Amino acid sequence: MAVIQVERKPLSLLERTYIPQIVGGLRTTLRHFFKPNVTLQYPEQRPEISKNYRGVPTLVMDPNGREKCVSCQLCEFVCPPKAIRITPGEIAADSPNAHVEKAPQAFDIDMLRCIYCGLCQEVCPEEAIWLQNQFSMSGYTRAEMVNNKAKLYELGGTLPDPHLKWDHKKAAAEHGNGH
Amino acid sequence: MDFSFYFDLPLWLRLVLQGTAVILVLFPIAAACSMAERKISAWLQGRPGPNRTLPPLLAWVPGIWVLQKLGIFQLAADGGKFVFKEDPVPGHVNKLYFIAAPILAMIPALTTVVVVPFGAYLDSAGKIVPLVLANVDIGLLAVFAVSSLGVYAVILAGWASNSKYPFLGGVRASAQLISYELSMTLSVLPVFLWINAPGGQGTLSLFDVVQFQSQPGFWGGAWFVFTMPLSAFIFLVALFAETNRQPFDMPESESDLVGGFHTEYGAFKWSLFFVAEYCHMVIGSAVFILLFFGGWNPLPWVTLTDTVQALAHIIPVATHPLFMGILGISIFLVKICFSIFFFMWVRWTLPRFRYDQVMNIGWKQLLPLSIANLIAYTIGIALLQK
Ligand code: SF4
Ligand code: SF4
Repeated sequence: MAVIQVERKPLSLLERTYIPQIVGGLRTTLRHFFKPNVTLQYPEQRPEISKNYRGVPTLVMDPNGREKCVSCQLCEFVCPPKAIRITPGEIAADSPNAHVEKAPQAFDIDMLRCIYCGLCQEVCPEEAIWLQNQFSMSGYTRAEMVNNKAKLYELGGTLPDPHLKWDHKKAAAEHGNGH
Repeated sequence: MDFSFYFDLPLWLRLVLQGTAVILVLFPIAAACSMAERKISAWLQGRPGPNRTLPPLLAWVPGIWVLQKLGIFQLAADGGKFVFKEDPVPGHVNKLYFIAAPILAMIPALTTVVVVPFGAYLDSAGKIVPLVLANVDIGLLAVFAVSSLGVYAVILAGWASNSKYPFLGGVRASAQLISYELSMTLSVLPVFLWINAPGGQGTLSLFDVVQFQSQPGFWGGAWFVFTMPLSAFIFLVALFAETNRQPFDMPESESDLVGGFHTEYGAFKWSLFFVAEYCHMVIGSAVFILLFFGGWNPLPWVTLTDTVQALAHIIPVATHPLFMGILGISIFLVKICFSIFFFMWVRWTLPRFRYDQVMNIGWKQLLPLSIANLIAYTIGIALLQK
């Protein structure tokens, strides 16, 4: 490996008094004194969050308002710190979505356990769980830090996904599953 | 109105009044400095600084947000906290000296102010009279003698704490304070050599220094910073070291000594050290301004007396002692604020020197420089005043 010897230049007399450097430093800080602040007044002003940000895991609906989760429990299984608890349930036979068969009865994510790894989003076959741009979770009790199903849908909103695979499946079944 | 009624009061009452005045003025100034420090550091770093605290009871006052944004209530909250907080005395300390140290730190800090003049007024005979608590002739000598006692508090605190970091901090502090005191004293000697012309009455009074800078004519009205820039520079550097300010804050360099000599202190005792440090800074700036920046004279070559007499054409009360006194004090305070701003500005700009650098600068650069400066001015003054 080549060794490059950097010659250390002796300081000039002026440099050894430190004065030019000190004056330069003072000029820099004074410039910042008159510049506008670079900080945000946090709780009132929020920083802009990138679309790719992976914050709190949330559940999403499809554009027709159907909850996408089919309570397959893969995310519950994969979650490394076991933050997810799902109680699977059936969809009532008279519901327009009866052909989907299953939906979660209860869906809790304990944000005191979640490590924001994103594995739940990765594993979900229905693209129902998404880590979105919410970054601040706070609460006064442990119970407040557990997001239940209602909270998860409220945080998640709707995924503008045009595929609607379950509707295609239903239509195909009605046409005898032919092509 | 004259003030003779005040001088008719019994001496003890006057002393008590003056002492109370000193404490009542210096404590809030020191406290305000601590808030200024936080605000200035914030502004220099591009952040707003403390701007949230507001007592709910006062929220209805219009315009109160200005004080809120300036962090005034934060200051009050922090100060109040020190009084009510638990004041721990660690088990391993030497209790007597541990408790004595912060008191000893406050005493010199509050004492030096009595010989520092902070304004002047014309009495009915047209003679200029200083506004000073004790107009003694030894002025500057008293400041130096008393303020250098402050080092004992630091040593005592470091030693009584009976643990490593405070001890190291105390040792460093004593070495540093003693080294820089030499250069500081030597740097002001030319000023007094010049003032005390042969044949005249000798003086060390700070008031006379200001009067010397208030003479008519080009040389008479020049502040000493113009005639003795090197002295002013050495004095300023030594002042930074003496007040333990960055870049010379060896005694408490928190990166290597936790908190230096006050590591073991908390709550009110710690705040006494804190206030003492700011008092030293205020008094140091005051002395610096008196010596080199013309005291309460508004501008070089423009004295307070001239200003007041010029103002008297517009507002007749201008020559009134009260008006002139307040004007002088205000000008002086503005200058002190600038100087304190400079202290803080430097603190939030420069990194700390290494300990060996501090010693090198003190002994190998500043001291020879101040000796050379003294010799040069001695010869110059001898030739001029022959
Ligand atoms: S969120 Fe996805 S992975 Fe988890 S249970 Fe629902 S469908 Fe399955
Ligand atoms: S992000 Fe990771 S830890 Fe959090 S719920 Fe999903 S899988 Fe579990």
